[in-house]
Amino acid sequence: MNNYEIAIWVFMLAAFLGFELIRRVSPLLHTPLMSLTNAISAIAVVGAILITGEKNASTLSRVLGFIAVVASVTNVVSGYLITDRMLKMFKKRGDERK
Amino acid sequence: MESLFPALYILAAASFILAIKWMNSPVTARRGVLIGELGMLLAVVGTLLRHEVVTYQWILVAFFVGSAIGVPIAYYMPMTAVPQRTAISHACGALASALIGTAEYYKRLPHGFVMGALVLETLLGFLTCTASVMAFGKLQEILPTRPITYRGQNYVNLGVFALAVVLGIALIFHPEQTWIYPVFMTLALIFGVLLIIPIGGADMPTVIALLNSYAGLSACAMGFALDNKLLIVAGALDGSSGFILSIIMCRAMNRSFSNVLFGAFGTIQTSTTENAPRPVRSASAEEAAEILDAARGVIIIPGYGMAVAQAQHKLRELYDVLSKRGVDVRFAIHPVAGRMPGHMNVLLAEADVPYDRLFEMEEINADFPRTDVALVIGANDVVNPAARNVKNSPIAGMPILHAYEAQTVMVVKRSMSPGFAGIDNELYYLDKTLMLFGDAKAFVGSIVKELSTAVAVR
Repeated sequence: MNNYEIAIWVFMLAAFLGFELIRRVSPLLHTPLMSLTNAISAIAVVGAILITGEKNASTLSRVLGFIAVVASVTNVVSGYLITDRMLKMFKKRGDERK
Repeated sequence: MESLFPALYILAAASFILAIKWMNSPVTARRGVLIGELGMLLAVVGTLLRHEVVTYQWILVAFFVGSAIGVPIAYYMPMTAVPQRTAISHACGALASALIGTAEYYKRLPHGFVMGALVLETLLGFLTCTASVMAFGKLQEILPTRPITYRGQNYVNLGVFALAVVLGIALIFHPEQTWIYPVFMTLALIFGVLLIIPIGGADMPTVIALLNSYAGLSACAMGFALDNKLLIVAGALDGSSGFILSIIMCRAMNRSFSNVLFGAFGTIQTSTTENAPRPVRSASAEEAAEILDAARGVIIIPGYGMAVAQAQHKLRELYDVLSKRGVDVRFAIHPVAGRMPGHMNVLLAEADVPYDRLFEMEEINADFPRTDVALVIGANDVVNPAARNVKNSPIAGMPILHAYEAQTVMVVKRSMSPGFAGIDNELYYLDKTLMLFGDAKAFVGSIVKELSTAVAVR
C-alpha cells in the first residue's frame, strides 16, 4: 500500500469519526465547539514550522512561512483561551454565582 | 530519539479526538479544552524537534507575535462579538494553509497527487480567507448586511469558480508553468468575495459553519500534500464539524445548501409590506409586569435583537425576580437564532442564566399550550406562524417555536417593521398578543423594576 492510499484511509476514518462525535455535541455548546475545532485546525502550524525552519529555505518560503506561523499561533492561542472563557460561563442552577 | 516523533503525533491526534468527544456535555467540556491544548503542545514540540527544522529564530519571533495578538483577542473580545471573532479566525486559519501551500508549490513544483492536494489546499484556503473577511465585514456591519444582488450574479460566480478550477487542473499537469499560479490564486481570492456578497445576515450561521468546514478541509489537503497524518486527522475533524453544523442550520431553516449560497434570501420583501397597517394591541411595562407576575409558566424566546440590544443581563434579572416569586421561567432557543450556531446560549450563559433552563426547539415546543406567557425578545421569523400556515411564504416549512400556542404572547420590538425575511408576522395580530414597543434592554429593565417595587409594596 503506498503512502497516498494510507492517507486516504486515514482521512475516511477520521471524517466518519468526526461525524459521529460531533452529532453528539449538544446545540447548547455549538459556539464553543466551533472555536475549539478552529483552534484544532490551526494544526496547520506544523506545516508552517516545517516551511519556516528549513535549512536552505528561500526568502519567499521564509516570509510566507513566517506569516503562516503568526496566523496559526494566533488561532491556537485565541481559540483555546476563548473556548475556555466561554465554557467557564456555563453553569447549572445551584452552582451559579460564585 | 527520531522514532519518538511519530508517537508524539499519534498522541496529539488522540488528544484532539478526545477533546471533541468531551465537548458533548458542559460538565466535561473544559477538560476537553485542556486535552486539546496538550495535543497542540505535543504536535508543536514534535515538529520543532524534527531534524528538518534547523533555524529557530523566525519561528520564535512568530510565536511571540501570534501570542501577542491572540491573548488580548481571547480575553477582551466581548461575547457579543464572538461571531466576528470566529469569522476572523477562519480567515487566519485559511490564510495560513493557503500560504504554506504556495510556499510548497514554489519550492518543489510537485507533480501528480501532491500537486492535486496543493491545488485543493490553496483553492480552499484563499477563497475561505477572503470569504471570511467579507463575513467579518457583514457581521461587524462595516459592509451592508442585506444581500447584494445583480443580474447574472450566479453565472459570474460560477464562471470565476470554473475558471479557477480549470487553471488548478492545468497546474496539476503542468506545474512548471509558474505563470498560471498567480492567476489561479487571484481567481480564488475573488471568488471568496463574490460568494459572500449575496448572503444576508440571517444566513450567517450556515455560512460561518460552512467556512469552518472549508478551513478544516484546506488543512486536511495540506496533510495529503505533506504526507502528514496528524494534519489529515485534525483537518478532517474540523471539516466534518463545520459540515454537520451547516447541515443542522440548513435543516433549521428548511432550506438547501444551494438555496443558502445562491438563493439570496431576503431580497423578495416589499411584496407583503405595502398593505395598510393593521391594528395591534400594545401594553406598557406595568401591564406586562402584572401579567408575568400572575403567570405560572413563562417561556422566553430570544433572538438576534437581544444580542443587538445587549438585553441578556436584564433578562437574567427578569428570570431571577420571576423565579423568586415562584414562576417557572424557561428559555426556548431556536437553532438559527443569532448569527452563529449556539450564539444565544453563549450570551445567556454570560449573563449567568443556568444552562439547564435553556431548551432546544424539539424539547420545548410541546409545552407552549400549557404555558401562560411566551415572551419574544428580538426574534421574528423563528416564531412566525406563516412558516406553518402559508404555503407560498418564503419561510414555508421552516420549523418554528410554537409561541402562538401560548395563552398570552408578548413581543418586545422596536417598531412594526418586518423581520429579516421581510414577511409580515401573523403572530403580532393575534388577539392574545401584546406588543411591547421599545428598546429590548430598556423595556425588560422597566418590567423588572415594576416587579421589584411590587414586592416592596406587599
